Amino acid sequence: MADTAVLVAQVPTVEGKVRPGQAALAAHLDALDLPRGGFSRAARQDAAQRLEAMGLPGARDEYWRYTDPAPFNAARPEPLEFAADDATLFTAIDRLHLVFVDGRFDAAASDPLTAEGVEIESLAAADAGDDHWASGLYGRLEAAGQVPVKRPFAALNTLAAADGLLIRVTGQVARPVHITYRRSALDADVHLHHVVKLEEGAELTLLESGVLGARSNVVIEADLARGARLHHLSAKRAKDPKLGLGHIFARVGAEALFKSFTLSVNGAMMRNEAVIDIAGDDAVAHIAAAVLGDGNIGRFHHDDTVFVIHGAERCESRQVFKKVLKNGAEGIFQGKILVKPGAQKTDGYQISQGLLLDEGSQFLAKPELEIYADDVKCSHGSTTGALDETALFYLRSRGVPRERAIVLLVLSFLADALDEIEDTRLREDILGRLEDWLTERAGNPGKA
Amino acid sequence: MLEIKNLHVKLEDEDKQILKGVDLTVPAGEVHAIMGPNGSGKSTLSYVLSGRDGYAVTAGEAALDGQSLLEMEPEQRAAAGLFLAFQYPVEIPGVGNMTFLRTAVNAQRKARGEEELSAAEFLKLIRQKAATLKIDSEMLKRAVNVGFSGGEKKRNEILQMAMLEPSMCILDETDSGLDVDAMRLVADGVNALRRPDRSFLVITHYQRLLDHIRPDVVHIMADGRIVRSGGPELALEVEQNGYGDLLAEVG
Repeated sequence: MADTAVLVAQVPTVEGKVRPGQAALAAHLDALDLPRGGFSRAARQDAAQRLEAMGLPGARDEYWRYTDPAPFNAARPEPLEFAADDATLFTAIDRLHLVFVDGRFDAAASDPLTAEGVEIESLAAADAGDDHWASGLYGRLEAAGQVPVKRPFAALNTLAAADGLLIRVTGQVARPVHITYRRSALDADVHLHHVVKLEEGAELTLLESGVLGARSNVVIEADLARGARLHHLSAKRAKDPKLGLGHIFARVGAEALFKSFTLSVNGAMMRNEAVIDIAGDDAVAHIAAAVLGDGNIGRFHHDDTVFVIHGAERCESRQVFKKVLKNGAEGIFQGKILVKPGAQKTDGYQISQGLLLDEGSQFLAKPELEIYADDVKCSHGSTTGALDETALFYLRSRGVPRERAIVLLVLSFLADALDEIEDTRLREDILGRLEDWLTERAGNPGKA
Repeated sequence: MLEIKNLHVKLEDEDKQILKGVDLTVPAGEVHAIMGPNGSGKSTLSYVLSGRDGYAVTAGEAALDGQSLLEMEPEQRAAAGLFLAFQYPVEIPGVGNMTFLRTAVNAQRKARGEEELSAAEFLKLIRQKAATLKIDSEMLKRAVNVGFSGGEKKRNEILQMAMLEPSMCILDETDSGLDVDAMRLVADGVNALRRPDRSFLVITHYQRLLDHIRPDVVHIMADGRIVRSGGPELALEVEQNGYGDLLAEVG
């Protein structure tokens, strides 16, 4: 005991000093125009307190070991000249189209907010009042997702989000809800917070595309009641080096289905976190991503950090992450499956793969399993490799030119992730765009 | 017509000479077979002709219908009329067999300045060719060679050959991994493709395949050279006596 006492005495005290994370936070909050909040006021105040206690991540934070938080910590983003974003995804699909510009809902550019089986409002409009169905959800899943690992930027989002969508689904929504993000200001620092609530047996397809701003921080809280089904599909392509943070917090009820697929193409320093809480028996949760990164467009760094919690029996989870990297691009995957005591007959699967198109790029993976039940099936795998030279030769020997052969092999590599898109039309749409982008890039090596 | 003169090839990364002066001429319309023991350089010859990376030509030349092959990219050689049927056809998950074939056919047509086939024209053509090879439409829909049996993979190679209509076909140990029935099916496919303006170079260890694909000339390859050439009876001689006697004979 005496030894311990000595050790304790030697630890330098931090009392009276401001930790670096807190200093960054103070500067960051100063630069923001924090909404006062109506129905969300209590949640925002709670987030402010939690955020104050945790500070922003520092370089020594284990959870930020592979991604430098500094550009996200900075009080303001660097202004960013940007090329026109192409917004042709999902346009051929009959959908409810909603537009955000610089992180603000643009009603004039959007379809009317009415569709059968769903109630939709913008957060900014709803937050003018003190009473709303979303008051029981806004910031709640985010707060629950702060254990055991802190996610300060998600708390910051709950505090600072000026807008977003509040979507409550009560039946089968025939048309997908499609959110298009546009930007006009060079230095837009966007905080968006979406709340999606699916009542028992309800079903929704939620699409996101476009580019949010020079820097963005988006939180989606999704609450799925018994037997509900949510298909989430996000496809973002930036032609310039923007900064992006995303969090998805999902609570998946009994017999419910949650599926999320993200496509990220080029030009971004991006971190996507997902916390999937499988809370009811016989539920299914899949999360997948396909990433194409080219370091020549600007620093490309793409981090997927996933935490899947199995808290019920006979549930299935599946994580499929594929990253194609070139010209010094960096891909990160941190994925964890936690199986709680009693979550018997869990079927958990995780695969992360990096395809490096040159020697300067890298893919880092940190797969984790933590299991407290004895009758479960969990597996994980991770690979990093170059293009298969034999396959490349095979295609070329049939007359397929090298660039085209590489496109085909990249699509082949991504196939498992793309297969996670259940809807054939949407998958074909994504695949078509992906092929166009790959072909375009193949023709212009080294340029955007 | 394929003409190979004094071809010397080494491994790119190692100081290892594999082909040590190959001379070989395959006139239009003929079927030639190359036999030889393991490590004699048969497969290397097929790879070098089709342009696979990893080999360095140190001397000699190879030409197809008067066009020098060795400076061309693999896809240019294909467009010039060369086709290699692989010993181990490669599986490409996520890329449909049809997509692959249509891409290949149209890339070659484009390279030759011909008009590309429309989806409808292509579909009609492939259905017709697949039927003769007993390849069903389900197999065409699957990813390239994924989940195919050994026989299906080789039939798929022959289907590609039929679609691409090359002037020079190299078959690299196409009989390996095939049962008797599958081999007959593949051989029938090849025989159906014989034409006065199309030549074949059949690389094999065994005489068996040559019962089904009758060669005009048989070459024996050993230690990086063609050491003997003769008629189909040469293959029978190998089958009966092995390579030992024959190689001792040529020194």
